[in-house]
Amino acid sequence: MSELERHSYDVVVIGAGGAGLRAAVEAREAGLRVAIICKSLFGKAHTVMAEGGVAASMGNVNSSDNWQVHFRDTMRGGKFLNHWRMAELHAKEAPDRVWELETWGALFDRTKEGKISQRNFGGHEYPRLAHVGDRTGLELIRTMQQKIVALQQEDARNHGDAESHIKVFAELTITEILKEGGKVSGAYGYWRETGNEVLFEAPAVVLATGGIGKTFKVTSNSWEGTGDGHALALKAGGHLVDMEFVQFHPTGMVWPPSVRGLLVTESVRGDGGVLTNSEGKRFMFDYIPEVFKDKYADNEAEADRWYGDQTNNRRPPELLPRDEVARAINSEVKAGRGSPHGGVFLDVSKRLPADVIKKKLPSMWHQFKELADVDITETAMEVGPTCHYVMGGIEVEPDTAAAVGVPGLFAAGEVAGGMHGSNRLGGNSLSDLLVFGRRAGAGAAAYIKASGKNPVSEASVRGASERLNAPFTRVGGENPYTIHQELQQTSNDLVGIIRTGKELEEAIVKLAQLRSRVSTAKAEGGRAFNPGFHLAIDLDNMLLVSECIARSALQREESRGGHTRDDFPAMNPEWRQVNSISAWNGKSVDVIQQKLPSLPKELFDLFELDELKKYLTPAEITSVKGGA
Amino acid sequence: MAGVFAPTRAKIAERTLRTDKWWLQPLITVVVLVSFIIYATIRAFEGKNYFAEPLISPFYSPCLTNGCPDGASLLGQPFGTIAIFGMVISPALFILIFPLGFRMTCYYYRKAYYRSFWQSPPACAVAEPHKTYTGETRAPLILQNGHRWFFFAGLIFNVLLTIDAVLAFRNADGQWGHLSVGTLVLLTNATLLWLYSASCHTCRHTIGGRLRNFSKHPVRYKLWGWVSVLNHRHPTFAWISLFGVALSDVYVRAVASGSITNFYFF
Amino acid sequence: MSAAEKMVKLRIWRGDAKDGALQDVEVEANEGEVVLDVIHRVQATQMSDLAVRWNCKAGKCGSCSMEINGKPRLACMTRMNMFEEGETITVTPLRAFPVIRDLVTDVSFNYKKAMEIPAFAGPTDLKPGEYRMQQVDVERSQEFRKCIECFLCQDTCHVIRDHEENKKSFAGPRFFIRIAELDMHPLDTLRNRKKTAQEEHGLGMCNITKCCTEVCPEHIRITDNAIIPMKERVVDEKYDPIRWLGSKIRKREGIN
Repeated sequence: MSELERHSYDVVVIGAGGAGLRAAVEAREAGLRVAIICKSLFGKAHTVMAEGGVAASMGNVNSSDNWQVHFRDTMRGGKFLNHWRMAELHAKEAPDRVWELETWGALFDRTKEGKISQRNFGGHEYPRLAHVGDRTGLELIRTMQQKIVALQQEDARNHGDAESHIKVFAELTITEILKEGGKVSGAYGYWRETGNEVLFEAPAVVLATGGIGKTFKVTSNSWEGTGDGHALALKAGGHLVDMEFVQFHPTGMVWPPSVRGLLVTESVRGDGGVLTNSEGKRFMFDYIPEVFKDKYADNEAEADRWYGDQTNNRRPPELLPRDEVARAINSEVKAGRGSPHGGVFLDVSKRLPADVIKKKLPSMWHQFKELADVDITETAMEVGPTCHYVMGGIEVEPDTAAAVGVPGLFAAGEVAGGMHGSNRLGGNSLSDLLVFGRRAGAGAAAYIKASGKNPVSEASVRGASERLNAPFTRVGGENPYTIHQELQQTSNDLVGIIRTGKELEEAIVKLAQLRSRVSTAKAEGGRAFNPGFHLAIDLDNMLLVSECIARSALQREESRGGHTRDDFPAMNPEWRQVNSISAWNGKSVDVIQQKLPSLPKELFDLFELDELKKYLTPAEITSVKGGA
Repeated sequence: MAGVFAPTRAKIAERTLRTDKWWLQPLITVVVLVSFIIYATIRAFEGKNYFAEPLISPFYSPCLTNGCPDGASLLGQPFGTIAIFGMVISPALFILIFPLGFRMTCYYYRKAYYRSFWQSPPACAVAEPHKTYTGETRAPLILQNGHRWFFFAGLIFNVLLTIDAVLAFRNADGQWGHLSVGTLVLLTNATLLWLYSASCHTCRHTIGGRLRNFSKHPVRYKLWGWVSVLNHRHPTFAWISLFGVALSDVYVRAVASGSITNFYFF
Repeated sequence: MSAAEKMVKLRIWRGDAKDGALQDVEVEANEGEVVLDVIHRVQATQMSDLAVRWNCKAGKCGSCSMEINGKPRLACMTRMNMFEEGETITVTPLRAFPVIRDLVTDVSFNYKKAMEIPAFAGPTDLKPGEYRMQQVDVERSQEFRKCIECFLCQDTCHVIRDHEENKKSFAGPRFFIRIAELDMHPLDTLRNRKKTAQEEHGLGMCNITKCCTEVCPEHIRITDNAIIPMKERVVDEKYDPIRWLGSKIRKREGIN
């Protein structure tokens, strides 16, 4: 074999979505040399798919908004399973992160006073989402991509080399985090283009790899959402927290089959779209849970008035948190009141004039026109739940984004867990990746200052290389595409939106079988740009993640947010006190329960006691309130 | 070989793999433009049958030589009769340069003739036949940047041709208050020319496009919005105004030569 | 085979920088599918190592750029029902860029060009959160920021597609809209963008034949709204003696 390609950096950022790029900017501004690794081309990350906006309590549209209200909404949305400190930092810092983007060239939609405009979104009390039409994610990714270029231009002026401090390695997959002496020493991977292996030596690694959607059959995620970062962290000795919480976005396209799962942004509902079943009934009024009764309208007249007057009316139930809406749609379809292609109807055409729809929802109009040949200004859309986001992820220290248990490893964005609790509010992911992307970059910088270099041993390199080459050396194995399809089917059927103990047990058995089949899966053809080989590598990660989800879901005997157990349909305050922690023992996944840190008094006091009683046990309330 | 046959590119023998009739559009452009040029050239050199009180052909207005008939010279007759080798220079040649220059430098016509005549490129993703290409960076094509001067000259002609149309509300004896087919022809022609000018990219730039902050110039922003709507249809106006000019001339020539009589509605 | 399925004929270019050829395959296609679906089926059933770039499959990331029946297109936005029954669909990599393998090309040219355009230079006297811009003032630039960087405009542009040697001196339509975006940005402070557009980025090479606009999947009106306005702004700066004189007297570029 030819000489191994080696690079040495201070920080390796794996993932070039919003969180990764924000981390890279921060690390570079702290004076570090940073490698950014993306699995696809630079600027194509899944962040581009985010439509609705970025949640930040700037109060530009309603000045009553502030970080406390945002914090409260976030905790409520997550059913109080959120790590309070992450939710607090997130709510406090989001406005600064958005304003900062403007100074890098982002052009958000404006209010009349020339400030950043903010829109309503499910679960947010006030209009809070800074947005650009319905392509906010693209704006974020492009802005940060251009910020990276700006920094490189600066480096070219100062050091004569644009890549002296930030270099982007596009179309490169990392297969392993390397450790020496219990601490991170680098990362190992391969160029997708040539199949050639690459070693990165770096004392700090930031994981920002996004989600796990590709383990499910119906998903809004692209091929990249294979849970790489989750698996890399597990194998490096990190923990995943609350992996049972998977968000099914209520409105994915259900037709045509090729785009099944593709997102229909929540803004459609925020801007007046209503959900109806095959009988023409606005069914969401039947699904308002007890805890939300005072915030949501129980009749059509009030719901319709809300679009014009949000102060004196309760909001329409179409804007309930995503988990509620997804379950409602699921129930309607199961009850036989679904649309022809197995969804329900989402109609904006009868509520807004055609030109307003095109102006407010340009990419939606575009998407349906070009992909489904449906004009949403004239007809209703058919929508149904789609796997969208994983709330669970790497367990991190909130302030530094450092992965618990692995010195030198950091995580931010969707791959990190804790921030969103059992259910994420729309708009909170873009703000999450900005806030914690920056903190991960800063955390890595602080860590490196204290710890210094950590060279990689040849033994680690050999081991990583052997594991990487396995799919080529196997004989007579299966086609990875077939195994992937079976995995997706298993996830959808057994670990999907509604779960039962029996099915989850079945899933665990099935996943073990798939794992043994993957260990023989063979990649056909050469090393250069070979998607079969790429999939064989990714499959391993997906199986690991699926196992974490199934085992965590089996353990949690309640229904909460993105985890619904048919056999335990109620939320149970006892279960709120624990996180599910997944760890890898070398052969399989162990899941243990870990106590959640309790809310400090000043944050506790932001809520009405009556509300807290819905979530907390009497003992918890007593311990904070001192018996009140 | 360069371009799509350069050594680094995917080895594909065909200059294009397009399966649609990509050659049709440039072919039509060539046929129509060549026909117009032939007709316009013949008419410009003909030097007669361009005026029949109160109608004047747009090819000749304003008639500037002292060979012009009475009433055809809106701006007087600053030029005498000039002859080369015994051939009298047609009055059309004194003015055609302006509308011709406006259309030659027009952003839409540039696209049309670069594609159809110069084959650069003949159609999208169809390899062009030229070995080298420098675009509009050097003489003579750098002169395309003078489009705005022709635009302003074009506006003067629009005014003159509009006056011609207004004058056509008279009868052959110069009395006002009459309407003939000829009136409508000249009026339509002038309208189309205004639409062509108003939809021009230079017009759009001048009216507001060059501003950085629309919010500080609400009136110009409004105008820019209207011009932008027209600008969307600039190619359409470019073609129909061209036909308008030619057909107006055909009509005036028919009347002037006595082939038909200009029908008066009243 | 269900009623919705039928067989379609594809000719897919396979090869690398050294050599390659079009290969015929037949594959199932279902109702409502796009070309990318069918290519994926070829990959899953017949050519497991067929190289193709893709990501979002929704026309938002701009990864699956290729040439379908000779036209630069996104495979995820090309519906199968636009082809005639029995028609053979030819799929090749982009022909303006070096091929890597099969349908994947080396688009690094575009990233190099991105590096040559000076970044947004915001006002130094405004802190984050103090920016005030009116919607009407940001709308023009917002149109250009819709760009998903599929590079189809770059691929179809004959200036570089047909003339490899022009790649040095020509930024291409994608970066003309970037320059226009910044030049029209209400708060950008860099005032030589018009001059450099013409002198360094090759705006004058463009002969406005509009192929970039024709292929743009985001329907950005690249030529009418970015390139021609920039050409007019360049004329203001460089080729219009009256405006040039005016700007010398007032000592500023353009008007606000």
